Amino acid sequence: MSMDTTTLLAILGMAIGTYACRLTGLMVGARLALTGRAKAALDAIPPAVSVAGAITILAAMRLPLLGVILTGVVSVVVLRALAG
Amino acid sequence: MTDTSPDSAASAFSEWREGVAELAPAMIAAMPLALLYGAIAAGKGLSPFAVALSSGLVFAGGAQLAAIEMWTSPVPVAGIILSTVLINARYVLMAASLAPKVGHMPIWARLLGFHVLADENWALAERRAAARRLTLAYFLGAGAVFWVNWVFFSWLGAIVGPLIGDPRRFGADFAFTAIFIGLVAGFVTTRRHVAVVVASAAAATLVHQMLGSPWHVLAGAFAGMAMAVVVWRPEAEAVA
Repeated sequence: MSMDTTTLLAILGMAIGTYACRLTGLMVGARLALTGRAKAALDAIPPAVSVAGAITILAAMRLPLLGVILTGVVSVVVLRALAG
Repeated sequence: MTDTSPDSAASAFSEWREGVAELAPAMIAAMPLALLYGAIAAGKGLSPFAVALSSGLVFAGGAQLAAIEMWTSPVPVAGIILSTVLINARYVLMAASLAPKVGHMPIWARLLGFHVLADENWALAERRAAARRLTLAYFLGAGAVFWVNWVFFSWLGAIVGPLIGDPRRFGADFAFTAIFIGLVAGFVTTRRHVAVVVASAAAATLVHQMLGSPWHVLAGAFAGMAMAVVVWRPEAEAVA
């Protein structure tokens, strides 16, 4: 189980940086008692962060989650084949 | 468990089972990505143990894949950490949004639960919390299974990776994107939400074209929040 120091250092740095982001949010968010526009901004985070490509957006409006995934995966395979 | 009814063992189990079932599509989608991560990492000289350690401690797929692409000899430690923090800065916003909904849980559960907070189980927890009280069994229970799934398949990828070849040729890398589109659609319940999603998508696309990843994630988040402030109306408070 040998691992060189730089590898370990990079992994630990990534781990600490990532957990710090999660922890900061946890501490800041728990202290906020927001109303009005500020609350609206916070409530917009779930959809606003969740932004990705547009190809399956129409399918997403009416299919269950697994259907969306299948549509998306099939679309990518087909489009990549067409785009060569 | 402080947050369940008298028949806590039975209800905790059913909460946990529901969480795992709802997270199942995301876990299936994570498998090829974890295998891909493990395979690339092994190709760059990381041992299966180092791969599992990084997945267990970092637990952020996008940042890990970006880091492993940057992995050269010697390892650019500072660059990799900076890239990781930038990509994961969205967790500050996501965690802040979820924090008030887990306030009733014990501190150890919040600390552990937020370590295993990834995009998919976060979005499911938000959706759950919008409808009912978020329980420890649902949030931490499903998160723990998601964590084991990610660590195991990235470890497996490091071992069998060279035999699989590139999972990208199966389009498997798009599965996460597709899951997220499905989750976004679940959040869009009013016309104001549509405005938020459109603003966020426009800003993210624009910034991705001009600056590239990972800046588009933050740009999309802030554009969506700004739009929410603009379209906010006092009477919507009671409904939302």
